[in-house]
Amino acid sequence: MRLLTHNMLSSNIKGVTNGFPLRIEVEKVVEKQVEINHDFLMNIFPKIDWKAFFDASRVMGYVELPEEAPEPSVLESDLEFLRKFHHALLELHLEEGALVCPETGRKFPVNKGIPNMLLHEDEV
Amino acid sequence: MSSRPELQAPPEIFYDDTEARKYTSSSRIAEIQTKLSERALELLALPDDGVPRLLLDIGCGSGLSGETITENGHQWIGLDISHSMLNVALEKEVEGDLLLGDMGQGLGLRPGVIDGAISISAVQWLCNADKSSHEPRLRLKAFFGSLYRCLARGARAVLQVYPENLAQRELILSYAMRAGFAGGVVVDFPHSTKSRKEYLVLTCGPPSLSTAIPNGKGEDGESCSDDESSGEEENRTVCISDRHRPRKKQKINKRGKGREWVLRKKEQMRRKGNVVPPDTKYTARKRKARF
Repeated sequence: MRLLTHNMLSSNIKGVTNGFPLRIEVEKVVEKQVEINHDFLMNIFPKIDWKAFFDASRVMGYVELPEEAPEPSVLESDLEFLRKFHHALLELHLEEGALVCPETGRKFPVNKGIPNMLLHEDEV
Repeated sequence: MSSRPELQAPPEIFYDDTEARKYTSSSRIAEIQTKLSERALELLALPDDGVPRLLLDIGCGSGLSGETITENGHQWIGLDISHSMLNVALEKEVEGDLLLGDMGQGLGLRPGVIDGAISISAVQWLCNADKSSHEPRLRLKAFFGSLYRCLARGARAVLQVYPENLAQRELILSYAMRAGFAGGVVVDFPHSTKSRKEYLVLTCGPPSLSTAIPNGKGEDGESCSDDESSGEEENRTVCISDRHRPRKKQKINKRGKGREWVLRKKEQMRRKGNVVPPDTKYTARKRKARF
């Protein structure tokens, strides 16, 4: 699971008011190289919740991202930042670990890169 | 005789390792699913600006439809309830991220983040009550509600479905509308039982020019190949139990059927060889209401 997906996921458990963002518990992180696409990055940038993204990247072991989200115009000029953004968003994979609901503490295990988001009967 | 998979077992049990492997190694199924995915992407009507979007693949299974999305240059997140099917997707090393989840429990995505959603042959599974705690209506409500929320404004969802009957189709459509979607059904090749495919094209937001629903294929007579000679072509994922074909109905407007229509019908009967009274000035004359 990449941080792109993690940034979109929220806890769906009944009664939870704010299930975003899910905390990440890391057991294994894998890096996979992917071709960079400027158009995609510029398109997705406004949708990213930067704080959640920044925290998640730290947990995954990547410290290069700035804490404050830069202005969108920076994307067009700063290639170095674009590369870091791309790397954290699309090239870091959580292979084994868990996602934790921030309100209930319920763990969604991640195996082989697939988070198990199935809710139990009483959580629906 | 194979019946609908939806009637045999819940999806996470029906699509076990054997079935998952069968499904993916069948070149016929792969071809059909690829065609369906391409058509769904076409109906998604994403802007043709070369910018990759983030799409959702609901019921992504072994990643057949996901591969089509990747080939079209977009990023995707796939959701499926079957562990076995997702394992096959992993083996194929699909580009999208996979989630093990139940769409009837809600999609669990942040509002307004998805640029488009497709679903190939999956949503009709929601209509079955697979567990005693399931209530299909609640599941449909949770699914469509969460789908509507996570889509960006102006985004579309295209769901290719195999409804068992008219009632199921209406049920699915009604819950989509209740969630706030506008849109309708596009039917490709409506007159062919084999090739007939239905797509729910749903749009977020009020109807406008950009949300106009396109025509289904085969209606204007072009390339509607009713291939009778294709031999043993049993589509194992569909067996529409009530084989009702849409009938061409005479449009009856408020003025009634008219003299012209009556004369035409009488001519038809004469051609058939029936005995028909001759046409006079009294034919199809308006009678008094108490006649």
